[in-house]
This record gives sequence, C-alpha cells and structure tokens, in this order.
Amino acid sequence: MSNQPVLQIENLRVSFRVHDAYYAAVDGVSLNVHKNEVLAVVGESGCGKSALALSIMGLHPPAKTKLEGKILFHGTDLLSLSVHELNKIRGKDIGMIFQDPLTALNPLMTVGRQIEEGMDFHLSLSSLEKRGRTIELLERVGIPNPNQVYHRYPHELSGGMRQRIVIAMAIACHPSLIIADEPTTALDVTIQSQIMDLLRELQQQMNTGIVLITHDLGVVAEMADRVAVMYAGEIVEMADVYTLFDRPLHPYTRSLLQSIPSAQHPKERLHVIQGIVPPLQKLPRTGCRFRSRIGWIDESEHEEQPILREVEPGHFVRCICYKNFHFPHDHIGDMKYGIS
Amino acid sequence: MLKFILRRIMMMIPQLLILSILVFALAKAMPGDALTGQLAQSPKMDANTLMEMREKLGLNDPVHIQYVRWVKNLLHGDLGLSYIHQQPVTDLLSGRLANTLLLSACVLLLTYLIAIPLGLVSGRWQDSWADKLIVGYSYVSFATPLFIFALVMLFVFGFKLGWFPTGGSVDIQVEKGTLDYYINKFYHLLLPALSGALIGTVGIIQYLRSEIIDTKVKDFVKTARAKGIPESKIYSHHILRNSFLPIAAFLGYEITGLIGGSIFLESIYSYPGLGQLFLQSIMQRDYSVVTALVMISGLATLIGTLLSDIILSAVDPRIRIE
Ligand SMILES: Nc1ncnc2c1ncn2[C@@H]1O[C@H](COP(=O)(O)OP(=O)(O)OP(=O)(O)O)[C@@H](O)[C@H]1O
Ligand code: SF4
Ligand SMILES: [Mg+2]
Repeated sequence: MSNQPVLQIENLRVSFRVHDAYYAAVDGVSLNVHKNEVLAVVGESGCGKSALALSIMGLHPPAKTKLEGKILFHGTDLLSLSVHELNKIRGKDIGMIFQDPLTALNPLMTVGRQIEEGMDFHLSLSSLEKRGRTIELLERVGIPNPNQVYHRYPHELSGGMRQRIVIAMAIACHPSLIIADEPTTALDVTIQSQIMDLLRELQQQMNTGIVLITHDLGVVAEMADRVAVMYAGEIVEMADVYTLFDRPLHPYTRSLLQSIPSAQHPKERLHVIQGIVPPLQKLPRTGCRFRSRIGWIDESEHEEQPILREVEPGHFVRCICYKNFHFPHDHIGDMKYGIS
Repeated sequence: MLKFILRRIMMMIPQLLILSILVFALAKAMPGDALTGQLAQSPKMDANTLMEMREKLGLNDPVHIQYVRWVKNLLHGDLGLSYIHQQPVTDLLSGRLANTLLLSACVLLLTYLIAIPLGLVSGRWQDSWADKLIVGYSYVSFATPLFIFALVMLFVFGFKLGWFPTGGSVDIQVEKGTLDYYINKFYHLLLPALSGALIGTVGIIQYLRSEIIDTKVKDFVKTARAKGIPESKIYSHHILRNSFLPIAAFLGYEITGLIGGSIFLESIYSYPGLGQLFLQSIMQRDYSVVTALVMISGLATLIGTLLSDIILSAVDPRIRIE
C-alpha cells in the first residue's frame, strides 16, 4: 500500500435537519483509504453508511444537510469545493455504484448514452471515440453483445445487467476511488457473487481504492482489506480484515459476528442483537450508544465517554471495558436475553 | 413505433362504435325528436302532416334500423337537417368547425406556453418566492370560473380599454385570403384565447411542478449528479424529460376541457364556433345539431387520448414494447 491515502476523512459529521434541529447521522468519523485498497464499512441498517457515502460524493440536499469535518481526496478537501469544482472530480476521479440498479438508471435514456454522458464533461473525446470506449466498457463489465446493448433502454435489461451498466458508468473515466453502497443488496444471490467477482477483478486491474458499504459479512471476508464497523453514526471498531474476524473486540462487532451462521458449527446458537438502531432523533448522544442493546451488562462496567483507541497496531476499538463483555448465554441460567 | 400507432388507431374502432351507440341512445332518450324544434317554430302544424313527416323521415322504424341508417349517413358526412336553420347540419358546422379548431388550438398553445415555463420554475426552485407567486396564481385561476373571467377580460380589454374587438371571428370589411384577413382573424382570436389559457393553466402547472419535485430526488438523478454533470444538464437531460410524461398523458384531458371551455368562450365573445352553436341549439331544441355536436366532442376526446398515447410512446420507450 502506497504512502498518501487516496481518501482521508477527518472527524466527519453529517447532520440532517428535521423540523428545526439538526441531527447527526454520521458523528465524528475518521478513516483512510489507500490506493488499491478495499475498505469495507459494515453496520446495521440506519447506522449512517449511506449518509457517509453520499457526503463523499456531495449528494446530500444542501439545504437540509450540515457537513462538518474534512473529506480529503488526494489532499483536496471536497467539502470546501463549489458544486462546479466538485463536478470536475465526481464521475471522473471518484465513481459511485448505487444500491438499486432498477432505479439508478434513467428509464428514458439508452444505457450507452448514460455511460457516455460522464465522458462528455470529463474527457475530450470525439463522439466516435466515446462510443468505442463505451462498447469497450460494456465488454469489460461482462455484457454480451455490447454493440446491441449500447442501444438498449434500462427496462430491457435484467437487474444484474443493469448493475453491470452502473459499474461501467462508475469506472468510465478511470477513477482512483470507487464508492460502492451495497452494490449487491438488491440482486439475487447468484448474481451477487458474480458482481462481487467483477468488482474485485476491476479493482485489481485498475488499482482503485474502494469504499465498500455492505452489511454482508461474507462479502467483507471475501473482498475487504480493512473493515470499519459503524454503529449509530460512529466507528466502533476498525482493523484489517484478518484481525477483525480473528479478534473482534467491541461488543457490537462481536454481536455481529455471532449473528452469522458458521459452516463449522452449524448447531451453534446464533446471537440476535436486541432491538434496532434507534432513529436519528432518539439516538443517545452521550455515553456509549450501544449500551441499551446489551442490557445484561452491568451499568458499572461501561465507560462514560468511550473513545476510539488503538489497542494494537492498526486495530482501533471504541471501548476499554470490552474485556468484561460476554454474551448472555455464556451465563448459565441467564437465558432470557435475545436468543432465537 | 408505426405498428404501435396502427394498433392504437385500430383500438379506436370499438371506441367509436360505443360512442355512436351512446350518442344515438342519448338522442333517442331526449324528449322529442328531430321535428320537435320545427313544431315549436310553427305550432299550427296539424297532427296528420306531422305523422306523415315522421313516417317519411323513418322516425317510426324500429330503433336498430334507425341506428344503422344514422351511422350510414354519418359515414357519408350526412348529419341530418337542422330545422331551425333550414340547412344540412354539415353545412352549418363546416365554417364554425374551423373557427372552433382555431380557437381551441390557440387556447391550447397559449396554455402550454404559459404553464410549462411557470411549472418548470416552480418545480425547480421549489419554495422560492417565484414558486409561491406561481402557485398563488394557479390557485386563483383555479378558483375563478371561466365565464366570469372571460366576461371581465371582455369588459376591461374589449369595452373599457378598447384594445381588442368584442365579438365575431373577423371583421366583414377585410377581404378574404389577404394577409390582413389573417391578422384580423388572429386579432379577434387573441382575447378569447388568452382568457381561456390564463384560466386553464392550473392543471399543467401543478402537475409539472409536483412531477419535477418528485423526479429531482429520484435515484437516477443522484446517479447523474455522481457523474459530475452540471445542474442545467441534469435538468434538461434527466429531470425534464421524465417530468413531461404525465403532461403528455394529460393532453387528452386538456382537449376534453377545451370543448367545455369553448362553449363559454364563444358565447361570451359571440365568436361563431361550435360551442356557441351548441348552446343555441340546446335552447332552441335543434336536436339534430345537438346530436352532431355531441358526436364531434366525443370524437375530439378520443382523438385527444390517441394523441396522448402517441406522444407518450414517442417519449417513453417502456410503452413502445407493449
Ligand atoms: N435526508 C435525510 N434526512 C433526514 N434523515 C436522514 C436522511 N438520510 C438519512 N437519514 C437518517 O439517517 C440515518 C442513517 O441513514 P443511512 O441511510 O445513512 O443508513 P444506512 O446505514 O445506509 O442504512 P441502510 O443499510 O438501510 O442503507 C437513518 O436514521 C436515516 O433515517
Ligand atoms: S462502554 Fe460498554 S457498551 Fe459501550 S463500548 Fe464499552 S463495553 Fe461496549
Ligand atoms: Mg444505505
């Protein structure tokens, strides 16, 4: 991994206006992504993953959103740019892959045109060259008969095909960073792995940095170099993928890992995380945000204001008292907690 | 595309059939028949002559035979005889039809010319003062009845200020076919058309506005922004085209509205068109004319929806497939 990170997020806060007050959906997030590195961001629904991704792309409605902190892309703070300046970077140096390929494409425009469109503004190519490049891209993302598909409308293609089109759009101008927000959630399981394989392959060919947002830990294990675990707008644990799966420390990470069925121990009881991520307005803003969902841990064992600490090189945990954490069924006779 | 249009036109055949049956049934259900108006004009006509005339006109035949005869005549362009005007309905309509088409086309054109830019501004700059002003105007225009507004316009710009003629479709002294003639005709048209258009914009403005507001937060617009496309191009390439779809679908409805509107406009501006004739004929119980006009307005509505569908299929690739 090279020296200067492609993306450097420092203390990012993304707040949405609800009625008259702002509520932070991303609260003090810092992370780096290097060239040729896949950083996975995992967490439950509503923990602020998309809010994070959209703020990198400048896609939040400006009137309703407050962005604080820094998003440095090759050293330039994206938050300080005007829309005009940002338009020179997004679509060219940063590509975005969206979650739902059914809605991410304009229904009235041929897919060929939609892929080309970004090139109109970022590259000075003749229309013939653009056309050639688009066909090449279609081929590259595994579309059969690219010459014909070029003229197709989105509704004529399957979900998997459309996601390939979205990927082709994202890589059209050879970006150095790709943001992929749950790129396979909306697809069939078999298609999911094909799309992931494609992403992996493209990433290796182009040495791109990728921020991969997902809640599928299987995908994380397969794709990621490093993982950031988010809970309620904060990063609660961050480590390289081996460390994280081998020595998860934060109670939330451990709960997540406990909640996936493992092939080695099929009979093992799965842990169910109690409750849901609280809605934005009800989010606890002081103390540990996860506390209410592990009610069996004695109050006295929690830290007052947990901060992210490096517990071993490259392994960050927002906790000191993880040492005392245990699952409820580890205790005999304490069976009333979240077991299905 | 061509196949779609052909198929769509074929679909009109059963529609026309049903329309003609409905109109015929309505004509039959109306109190009196083609002779009633005549009777009102000359009340002294004796019962025998009346019976004879009924027989001669086939009004005593079984209903289905009368229907077939009516449709046959219709297809030959024979809409019967107006007893009030003592001339074939077809002759009576021909000059007026052109006038009404012209007026309606002008109203429609002006409506779109006014409503589309306003709808665009309103939707794009939602909640700005311009938006509030436009929405305010559209509500006021919605709440104002056409006939009152048209009367006020006529009074102010026609009579008080004298800027526009107050009636007719053209001055008699200008020679037909000259440039002056067309300018004069347009001059007569402008005030009624403007009255109709200013009142008729609310639907399009509101539709376009809410459509743009919906569309601009759609995922594919986010995708377009993520490509680094400038805002103006995002509107022209992505938001507007998608927002125009329901406006195109609205066209059939607009045309139906024009028919009702022309009755008021033409009567108030004493503009010699079908709408004015319609109101007169109803009051004089000139049934053959009323029947013909109802048939024509039904046909206009069908053509309106046909146009909507053709435009929609031209804009929206998803429709062409079906
Ligand atoms: N524009 C907005 N206005 C107000 N609240 C918002 C807005 N966008 C997101 N939120 C809220 O911010 C929180 C985080 O949302 P976000 O979409 O980032 O979650 P996520 O982690 O991407 O979830 P998912 O896995 O469902 O995609 C949620 O509580 C959501 O309701
Ligand atoms: S304070 Fe308690 S709940 Fe919070 S992170 Fe530490 S151990 Fe977990
Ligand atoms: Mg999301």
